[in-house]
Amino acid sequence: MQPQTNSAAVVPDSDLVLTLTVAGQPCGVPVLAVRDVLGPQVITRIPLAPPEVAGGLNLRGRIVTAVDLRRRLGLPDRPKEAKPMSIVVEEGGELYSMLADEVGEVVPLSATDAVANPPTLDPLWREVSRGVHRRDGQLLILLDVERVLTIGGGR
Amino acid sequence: MDDLIADFLTETHEGLAALDVALLRLEKSPNDKPTLSEIFRLVHTIKGTCGFLGLSRLEAVAHAGENILGRYRDGVLSVTPAGVTLVLRALDRIKLIISGIESQGKEPAGDDAPLIAELNAMAAGEDAPQAPPAPVAALAPVEEAEPAEEAEPALQAAPEPMPALAEVSPAAAEASEPVASEGGGRSAPQSIRVSVDVLEDLMMLVSELVLTRNQLLQLSRARGDGAYTVPLQRLSHITSDLQDGVMKTRMQPIGNAWNKLPRLVRDLSHELGKKIELEMRGAETELDRQVLELIKDPLTHMVRNSADHGLEMPEERRRAGKPETGRVMLNAYHEGGHILIEIADDGKGLSTQRIREKAIAQSLATEVEIAAMSDREIHRFIFRAGFSTAAAVTAVPGRGVGMDVVKTNVERIGGTIDVNSQAGRGTGFTIKIPLTLAIVSALIVEVAGERFAVPQIGVLELVRVGGGSDAKVERIKDAPVLRLRDRLLPLVSLARVLGLEEPGEAAAIDTVEQRFIVVTQVGASVFGIIVDRLFDTEEIVVKPVPPILRHIGMFSGNTILGDGSVIMILDPNGIARATGVAAEGNAARNKEGAQLGQRTSERTALLLFRAGEATPKAVPLGLVARLDDIPLEQIESSGGQPVVQYRGQLMPLVSISGDPPSDRDGRGRQTVLVFSERERSLGLMVDAILDVVEERLDVQTGQGRPGYLGSAVVAGKVTDVIDTAWWLRQAGNDWFGAGSTQAAGRRRLLVVEDSAFFRQLVVPVLAASGFEVLAVESPTQALALREQGVLFDAIVSDIEMPGMDGFAFARAVRAEGIWRDLPMVALTGRVEPAAVARGREAGFTDYVAKYDRDALMGSLTECLGAALAA
Repeated sequence: MQPQTNSAAVVPDSDLVLTLTVAGQPCGVPVLAVRDVLGPQVITRIPLAPPEVAGGLNLRGRIVTAVDLRRRLGLPDRPKEAKPMSIVVEEGGELYSMLADEVGEVVPLSATDAVANPPTLDPLWREVSRGVHRRDGQLLILLDVERVLTIGGGR
Repeated sequence: MDDLIADFLTETHEGLAALDVALLRLEKSPNDKPTLSEIFRLVHTIKGTCGFLGLSRLEAVAHAGENILGRYRDGVLSVTPAGVTLVLRALDRIKLIISGIESQGKEPAGDDAPLIAELNAMAAGEDAPQAPPAPVAALAPVEEAEPAEEAEPALQAAPEPMPALAEVSPAAAEASEPVASEGGGRSAPQSIRVSVDVLEDLMMLVSELVLTRNQLLQLSRARGDGAYTVPLQRLSHITSDLQDGVMKTRMQPIGNAWNKLPRLVRDLSHELGKKIELEMRGAETELDRQVLELIKDPLTHMVRNSADHGLEMPEERRRAGKPETGRVMLNAYHEGGHILIEIADDGKGLSTQRIREKAIAQSLATEVEIAAMSDREIHRFIFRAGFSTAAAVTAVPGRGVGMDVVKTNVERIGGTIDVNSQAGRGTGFTIKIPLTLAIVSALIVEVAGERFAVPQIGVLELVRVGGGSDAKVERIKDAPVLRLRDRLLPLVSLARVLGLEEPGEAAAIDTVEQRFIVVTQVGASVFGIIVDRLFDTEEIVVKPVPPILRHIGMFSGNTILGDGSVIMILDPNGIARATGVAAEGNAARNKEGAQLGQRTSERTALLLFRAGEATPKAVPLGLVARLDDIPLEQIESSGGQPVVQYRGQLMPLVSISGDPPSDRDGRGRQTVLVFSERERSLGLMVDAILDVVEERLDVQTGQGRPGYLGSAVVAGKVTDVIDTAWWLRQAGNDWFGAGSTQAAGRRRLLVVEDSAFFRQLVVPVLAASGFEVLAVESPTQALALREQGVLFDAIVSDIEMPGMDGFAFARAVRAEGIWRDLPMVALTGRVEPAAVARGREAGFTDYVAKYDRDALMGSLTECLGAALAA
């Protein structure tokens, strides 16, 4: 699938990225940050929570706080019937699930096709982006998990 | 044995075991730097600790051993087997001394000089002063040396040929072992050290077990399969016991974090030239060990702060009319799944002015912003980074640690901190820490289709309203209330508080639909939470709210239910705070106030309304029996007085504004406040109900306007407080007439009450009931009357009064004089079992809540009846 980069011998794990799609926008999360990928889950709504927080879900007895990437990135809400995927990450000892429309594959990203954040990038995106990568003729935003999970009210 | 020594022993045993292993490793590879460093560090630690504990013998031996090791580490001396043997011998001696401490509680007698001399000689790089004995010979005495007094100079070890090493090491290892196990045998019952991680894991497993058990129980209930019931019940019990057990392993009394404070305060008082008394309460309150560790330093810092900045110098205190000795109070207790720790002093309080100036100087806020802030908000600036108001920075707190660090530390464990300061009276801090990992019993409720857990601990009772039930939700303007056993209970719509209410649904609440009220107590306030449905109670494991949700403040945690779904746990304190049904930290402040010997500020629920002129009017909510909207066509007239038929009787209506009943808002109804006494009622006609607020009432009297007690600032506005009794009399002379014949004739009552407002409230009520009442402001005035020989039939007294309080007054009355046998009724804002017991002990005949007129009348009638009979 990735002939140009895959042909290069061994890629260190730290450069592996799990691709996901949020409202058509390809994004990536460092694979080492990902603990689990889950299908659609029952999510308990949390009143008064920031709008980005979709709610809480139960992952084998641990409570995971779900953050909707569409809302976090200021994209339109997902249609009601569409069921999001959960990408579970750990941050500061807490589990969070990032809700994306689709989860792609694990691919290596080399520093060579990285582009710095364009200055015109939406400030909201610039805040959470660790860089823009060109892949398959599309631009993929590499997400900074820690910043994605730093949400307004959370001090 | 001293706790410190016990800790030291446990620690040293571990250190020694590690040392044995490390030394043997060193022998095998003499140039292993990391091992050398490790050994040095271990011995150094032992030396340091025993020096601190005053174990001089141990320290001397360890010090000599450390010397050699230091030289090995620095490369001045090369590691030789003889040297290792010598160090091992020193270790053996340490073990010997330690086992002596274990059995006798102090260092055993003995002379280590020869051993130390040898060690020093070795450290100085001298070769063995004596001929080396055979390796085997060297070994045997080592073994003997342990129980025996070690004095043989024959034991000198000298450079050994390498082959001997193999023999030495296992033997030495063996030699050390019996001692270790012996020592272990003696100290075994005391404690073992388990890593917190292990306990943490255990706790997590138990939590999972609890959840699984709940699931099983739910399944079994659903299936109704009897075969599993008994074993499941057993499983359930065992799980609960296990849970308790594991919880206990993690819990430690908070006193452990406090035990250094008395010394600290003593030293501080010398250093600062202040007289300081430290009072600690609730030292037995247990909390999670990890949490304890984390709050230890902040607590120490805050006590220092209180002593240094909070308390004044004795001279200054004397001038301010306070006792010279300042007090610093620590108090810890559990409240609703939280641990509250209060640190209070009775010093000068925070300087609001200085904080204000400093905040502006540091551009934390503009002058305009500051001007709009309450004192409380201004005080909170002390939690900002780098903020310190001490005029001169003394050596004491300093060290770059301020309240901001304390706040950060507290928040790191999911806690909150608040400050409450009164100029001249002192400063109090309240730290609230959630009991993380705690398992609590919770009631599951539903609102707007979502489920929530309410910790059972704050729930007083459950009431069904609407849907054919007698009870129903009433409204005072927009504020829903419930009349529950003769008191108006403020209600909070959970849907509204949580923002789950659909727009336009607000009015739907008081329809016929069935709902439930969860009557909840937060501190001293009681209120009801309106929910749609009630489910079971369930044991839940409280898991902390993730940081990104912590600012919400409505939830004390979240959990997973038996059915596997995630549910948020409501925090009644947060709900109370958000809706204002209870003053923030009310209970905590009350306790603090009591501690400081201050008069608690009594907050009163007031009903605000408008009648006639624009100035809002207020009446204590507790006096109002009911609110009614009476259709105008039902209002009739009798003898020029508007009346309405109510429950088969005529209820007279009195207008405050003097206007006749009228249709003010086009609904064709007249709003009426109903006051009741026995089966009689009276309606006070008002224009509109404005609000219900809880405020501290400070009535400015003296305008002399009939019908008004005076005015007060309520909700930021000047408000007229009405004299209920006066208005009631307007209903006609006979209104109280019937009642007064039932009352106990012309009995003389003495009312002792410091608050002018309450005096004016109680006196007319009692007078209207046919008593002859004399009211005085203080027990001192009352006792003066006694000296004059004034006779009464009964005494009604407030409890909380400045100077002599009600308890002391009762004791004084009972002690001697002509009032000795009079019935005494205590009148107080707080009726708690403990207070009632204390009141009885002091000599009160009865204890009645303020505003509870019926209870007061009943109590007086009963007391006087009993006195008559006697």
